[in-house]
Amino acid sequence: MKSVAIVGASLAGLSAARALRKQGYAGRLLIIGEEAHRPYDRPPLSKEFLAGSIDEEALSLEAEDEDLGAQWLLGTRATALDGPSRTLGLDDGSTLRADGIVLATGASARELPGARRLPGVHLLRTLDDARALRRDLRGGGRLVVVGGGFVGAEVASTARGLGMDVTLVQSGPAPLAGVLGTAMGRAVSLLHVDHGVRMLCGTGVQGLTGTDRVSGVVLADGRTVPADIVVLGIGSRPCTDWLHGSSVALGDGVVCTAAGATSVPGVVAVGDCASWYDPLLGTGRRVEHWSGARDRAPAAVATLLSGGTAGGELPRPPYFWSDQYGVRIQFTGHTGPADSVAIEEGAVDDRSFLAVYRQAGRPVGALGVNRTRSFMRWRRQLAGARVPQQPAVL
Amino acid sequence: MIPVCRLADLPRGEAFRLDTKPPVVVFHTEDGEFYAIDDTCTHQDASLAEGWLEGCAVECPLHASKFDLRTGQADVPPARLPVRTHQVVIEGETIHLVLSDAVPNLPFAAGRGPVAGGAT
Repeated sequence: MKSVAIVGASLAGLSAARALRKQGYAGRLLIIGEEAHRPYDRPPLSKEFLAGSIDEEALSLEAEDEDLGAQWLLGTRATALDGPSRTLGLDDGSTLRADGIVLATGASARELPGARRLPGVHLLRTLDDARALRRDLRGGGRLVVVGGGFVGAEVASTARGLGMDVTLVQSGPAPLAGVLGTAMGRAVSLLHVDHGVRMLCGTGVQGLTGTDRVSGVVLADGRTVPADIVVLGIGSRPCTDWLHGSSVALGDGVVCTAAGATSVPGVVAVGDCASWYDPLLGTGRRVEHWSGARDRAPAAVATLLSGGTAGGELPRPPYFWSDQYGVRIQFTGHTGPADSVAIEEGAVDDRSFLAVYRQAGRPVGALGVNRTRSFMRWRRQLAGARVPQQPAVL
Repeated sequence: MIPVCRLADLPRGEAFRLDTKPPVVVFHTEDGEFYAIDDTCTHQDASLAEGWLEGCAVECPLHASKFDLRTGQADVPPARLPVRTHQVVIEGETIHLVLSDAVPNLPFAAGRGPVAGGAT
């Protein structure tokens, strides 16, 4: 292999570039990034960076003296791929062919369908988004956060820390209920209540009001919540539209094997855009976590360099953390609506507990709230105890 | 040179934390090597003894920066500065440490203030 192009210059793309060099690849390396910025770290965008306690330099993912011997095409978007010839089309009209291609285009924040992006309405995915929101938050006022995922919950926490009046609106039964389940979502959401956030759960959003600037959020039941600033944290979608017609199989993201191979030889995918087969679940799944973007890149690169013969190790179970109101929330594993969950240590009332999720008695996930030590024990235990599912069993 | 513990007290895959100031951790890797580094992550006040030891690296239990035990360097943020590395000396059945005299890179949140220019 003499040339590799990585499409995407965030954590997954950078980790792939590092893994290529580490695994001995010495050929030409091209990194294409849609944003104009060098690789930066996204988790602080809703927390320390938004609060103003760290600046942009602190977000850099690269070491000062790091040199990957790569050619960077930043501010350049890939618009098309011809899979069989591995030829990329770029938005400047040029094309380029590479022996190997790594798809690491990530995901983008969803917009509210039918709503105009009035001034005062923000998404939060990129550094530019975060800069704009940070500027707006300095003016204070009433913030309405739509969506109770990580972005919504963390922005609510940061904005309360800045002294804003915050309302959190979300269609599910509790913030983070999608990943933590309803019971634990509710338990964790007590943090918002403790800190004076108004919570409106089980409520969809119809639209926004305002002419020159947003003035409110219209709920599904017709009520309007007044707002000076609105943050939409209503999920993300994989950046794969440009791959239609490429021969790369798409589902919810790029369909991949358990080691990152796509349906096209010489093309692998990693990070938020990729849906790797999960032997534990017996199905593909997009894992949109920071640790997945970093930790799966070496496997994807090994697949690419070996022509797909390198057997992928079972990736570690998904892991994420969230810092809200100075409390550390950590989760690992998978959980579904049918799982049982039990508090094994501490108490919800103390805002310090460890909960274990079980499926037919077998531990499948763990949640730690200010319990880093015992959480790590569970994280390791769950990583060691994984039994691959037979793909054929349904 | 300060004594840490007996060899038998630190099996492979385990960590031993010393209450020095700042605290230091000795790791015994699965491959049988011994390494010692400052125990506190350079980003926030987290104990690396509670981290995930894998190969020659330990992952911080809070934000998952990975420190190379041989060099102390962190792979990706949020940690940016390296932890200090210390020399491990095995004498007979006892593990000893020779502490580095470099300036430690302690996080602001550890209550000791940021260390300017500490990336030695």
